[in-house]
Amino acid sequence: MDLSFLAIQALNGLSSASSLFITACGLTLVFGVTRIVNFAHGSLYMIGAYTAATLVPRLLEFSFGPVTFWAGILASAIVVGLIGVLIEVLLLRRIYGAPELFQLLATFGVVLVVQDVTILIFGPEDILGPRAPGLRAPVEILGRRFPSYELVLIAAGPVVLGLVWLLLRRTRFGVLVRAATQDREMIAALGVNQALLFTGTLFLGAFLAGLGGALQIPRVSAHAGMDLSIIAEAFVVTVVGGMGSVPGAFLAAILIGQLQAFGILIFPKSTLVVVFLLMAVVLAVRPYGFFGRPEAIGGTHAVGVASRERSPFATLAALAVIGVLAALPLIGDAYVLKVATEILIFALFAFSLQLLIGVGGLVSFGHAAFFGLGAYGSALAVKWLALPMETAIPAGLLLAALGAALIGAFVVRLSGIYLAMMTLAAAQIVFAVAFQWVDVTGGDNGIVGVWPSAWASGPITYYLFTLAITAAVILLLMRVIDAPFGYALRAARDSTARAEAIGLHIRRHRWLAFTISGAAAGLAGGIYAFSRGSVDPTLLGIPTSVDALTMLLIGGIQTVTGPLVGAGVLHVLRDQIMPLTSLWRLVLGLSIIAIVLVFPRGIVGTLRAWREERA
Amino acid sequence: MTKASMTRWLALGLALALSGPAAQAQQAPIKLGELNSYARWAAFTVPYRNGWQMALDEINAKGGVLGRKLEIVSRDDGATTGDATRVADELVTREGVSLLFGSFQSNVGIAMADYANQKKILYIAAEPLTDAITMAQGNRYTFRIRPSNFMQVGMLVDQAKASGAKRWAIVAPNYEYGQSAAEVFKRLIMERVPGAEIVAEQYPALGKIEAGATVSALEQAKPDGIFNVLFGPDLTQFVREGNTRGLFEDTTILSLLTGEPEWLLPLKDEVPEGWTVTGYPWDEITDPKHKAFVDAYRAKFNETPRLGSLLGYMVVYMIRDTIERAGSVETEAMIKALEDAKFDTVIGPVTMRGIDNQATMGAWVGKLVLKGATGGMTDWTYMDGAPFMPSEAEVKAARKD
Repeated sequence: MDLSFLAIQALNGLSSASSLFITACGLTLVFGVTRIVNFAHGSLYMIGAYTAATLVPRLLEFSFGPVTFWAGILASAIVVGLIGVLIEVLLLRRIYGAPELFQLLATFGVVLVVQDVTILIFGPEDILGPRAPGLRAPVEILGRRFPSYELVLIAAGPVVLGLVWLLLRRTRFGVLVRAATQDREMIAALGVNQALLFTGTLFLGAFLAGLGGALQIPRVSAHAGMDLSIIAEAFVVTVVGGMGSVPGAFLAAILIGQLQAFGILIFPKSTLVVVFLLMAVVLAVRPYGFFGRPEAIGGTHAVGVASRERSPFATLAALAVIGVLAALPLIGDAYVLKVATEILIFALFAFSLQLLIGVGGLVSFGHAAFFGLGAYGSALAVKWLALPMETAIPAGLLLAALGAALIGAFVVRLSGIYLAMMTLAAAQIVFAVAFQWVDVTGGDNGIVGVWPSAWASGPITYYLFTLAITAAVILLLMRVIDAPFGYALRAARDSTARAEAIGLHIRRHRWLAFTISGAAAGLAGGIYAFSRGSVDPTLLGIPTSVDALTMLLIGGIQTVTGPLVGAGVLHVLRDQIMPLTSLWRLVLGLSIIAIVLVFPRGIVGTLRAWREERA
Repeated sequence: MTKASMTRWLALGLALALSGPAAQAQQAPIKLGELNSYARWAAFTVPYRNGWQMALDEINAKGGVLGRKLEIVSRDDGATTGDATRVADELVTREGVSLLFGSFQSNVGIAMADYANQKKILYIAAEPLTDAITMAQGNRYTFRIRPSNFMQVGMLVDQAKASGAKRWAIVAPNYEYGQSAAEVFKRLIMERVPGAEIVAEQYPALGKIEAGATVSALEQAKPDGIFNVLFGPDLTQFVREGNTRGLFEDTTILSLLTGEPEWLLPLKDEVPEGWTVTGYPWDEITDPKHKAFVDAYRAKFNETPRLGSLLGYMVVYMIRDTIERAGSVETEAMIKALEDAKFDTVIGPVTMRGIDNQATMGAWVGKLVLKGATGGMTDWTYMDGAPFMPSEAEVKAARKD
């Protein structure tokens, strides 16, 4: 491997890093000011690429030249910035009062809407943008050809860094942004117009996302999968750099670019895992990334299940619901039972997450890891050990519990958004292992032939089997929430310092909560594997984690029964909308946004609030 | 679950119970279940949907089949194995379809084959190309129309003999389709080109290529031949970087599927001229039947056909013939009607080989060339699939049934 090759590979890494930085920079600014984890940032990046790939060629027809090209890129970025403003004014501004996680759900609704609208507007085909005029020819570097546009890209990163730095240091807007990043409530108290500040930040963030996307058009064709492929990497960059830190994002982007450029030489088949491994290592060593600060005392996610008097009818109501559910096979056909089985499984899955988020205040973005570990544990037990369902499901539960104990040991040292991102990294590592360890897990083919034992194979018996297990485990978890252990978790959630002062061993309690929650999710995963007959890596993916979060948030994070209702509502919505129209993402996304706007505390939470208001 | 969603289910259950008998009426249409990756792989699947829609309209305008109209219930398969089998289950249990067809990605195709085997329902894999669907994971319920990886790679490797290239590099997406094609290529190039060796292999994750770094890594190995399996957005990035950096100069390139309009048109004028590819030169095929298909398609959709359009159109006609010959929509009868059946299609006769349920549909093999503002194929020939199929002994060794 000669020197010139290494030099070129390093340049390749730098040019990828540049565009990644520009995009991630917007994400980190938006988070710093508004505390919104903006899942739609990748969608803005995609809109930027599509807009530029459509707009720039038209402009070039008018007058061909570098000026037109760069003006077109800038115009596209501004269009995206305006879309960001639209999202802020129409959607986010209405829910700043809601629990912060709710804004994440709203942005996820936007992701779904944008996916369909993009195809509607720009058509299904990938659009390759024009090359930059004046930068078509390659340059010779150490005897090898290198695209001159990539050199411009390499320069663009530091230029944007410099401009953003000037903006933050030399303008009043920048001062306010920095102030908001440090203490949002203080600047509100000082009379700063927050609405304007937030709108401005969203514009800047969206503009940068659009710029990142628009700059890609000479090297990447605009296509429908761009949003999700960039968002995971942008998260890694912002977290590794330290949430809210622009120079940190720059450093992290360069590191990741180099890691990818050289990683493919050493592990040509495991490119996915290295990036998330980096994130896990950095967070393990520096819990707040390179330049991040610990979050302000009091935490930002201190909403959750409140202590309340149990209604005297609670037991009766629970029994009645279980009774009705047990009677469902009398009227439902095979398909209704299948959907009901899935709802029960997701209810258990979402409920296990409630123990972490609602009770413990530990926001996990990677809960799919445990669901998937349970499913894979069961499937692997069937495939390699030829175990029957009765022992394979406990095997999956065990694997999930072990995984949760291991991941939890690292995670409980962190808090807030860093904790969430560490769980995301852990889940992505597990995902990458399942995806790329083809010999054992079957890679993306997954494992097929995971069918239930003969006695449980009918839809009715499998439904009743699922009902019995999920009901028992959910009741058990409810008992855990009301036990002293649950109160200890709540104490730690509401005030870490006070909880410690009265002698609670917070980390040990949280670690235990992680293990219990992971085991319950793993149980749900195992039952799910047998209901479908197969497992595949998507069970471990980000969308599955988002599903669990969505169910929890739709139902209501502050209520015990919320996740159960949320699971039912989301799954029924999906099941009803998907067959209706090929635009089901659009409809589902709009439904989620509508739920967010109408029920800002989740369905159960808002209904209860209405009732209490009337009382 | 709350009472609110319970009542919804009760209502749905009741509705289903009441509507059940009515749907069984004599002249009810024959329902076919279709699933494909309409969101993830829109470039291929949207023209494919146009194709089957056109065939469906034509067939129903002529009175349908067995005196009944055809109805296609179409769903998005989510481009993942789990979603696909879930959707298939919905099509079978809720919609009551008589057979399933479609899917794009190879891993999804394999999962669908397993599902078909488990539920004993006919599944016609139109597009997925991995050999496993008709070989190791094949079963009597699963049939494939497109030529498999083994067949298409076989056609390409024959072209490689003449080039004299010995040092080969492989670039393929890291999932079932890419892995399967790379494996077949390694085997065939060693068998058919004496002295050939593989000097570099790159397997970027599907849809996540780092094109600059990948091109440099291939360049570093100094291959005199490259076998490419990339398609879609990965391909456009790879081609643009490769063109700029001169990777393709003085190198023999074999490329699967790149001549198909769905992957070729997005390349615009960056078409890498001289690549030997499998594809679909729809504008140069002079056969009158095919021309009629192209004219009708362009008139109906105001758009030029892609390979997906042709495939969707052919599959529905083959399904019609099958049902007509079977005389019913019983799974066993349709399987019997499909095995070793001959079909007269717009591209000529196609036989469904009974031992591995693989059709003899062939592929157009030629070289890429720039025609005006976009790419096309030149020096092409249509190669029938039959001579390139795996031998009976190989099939018997690979298949479990």
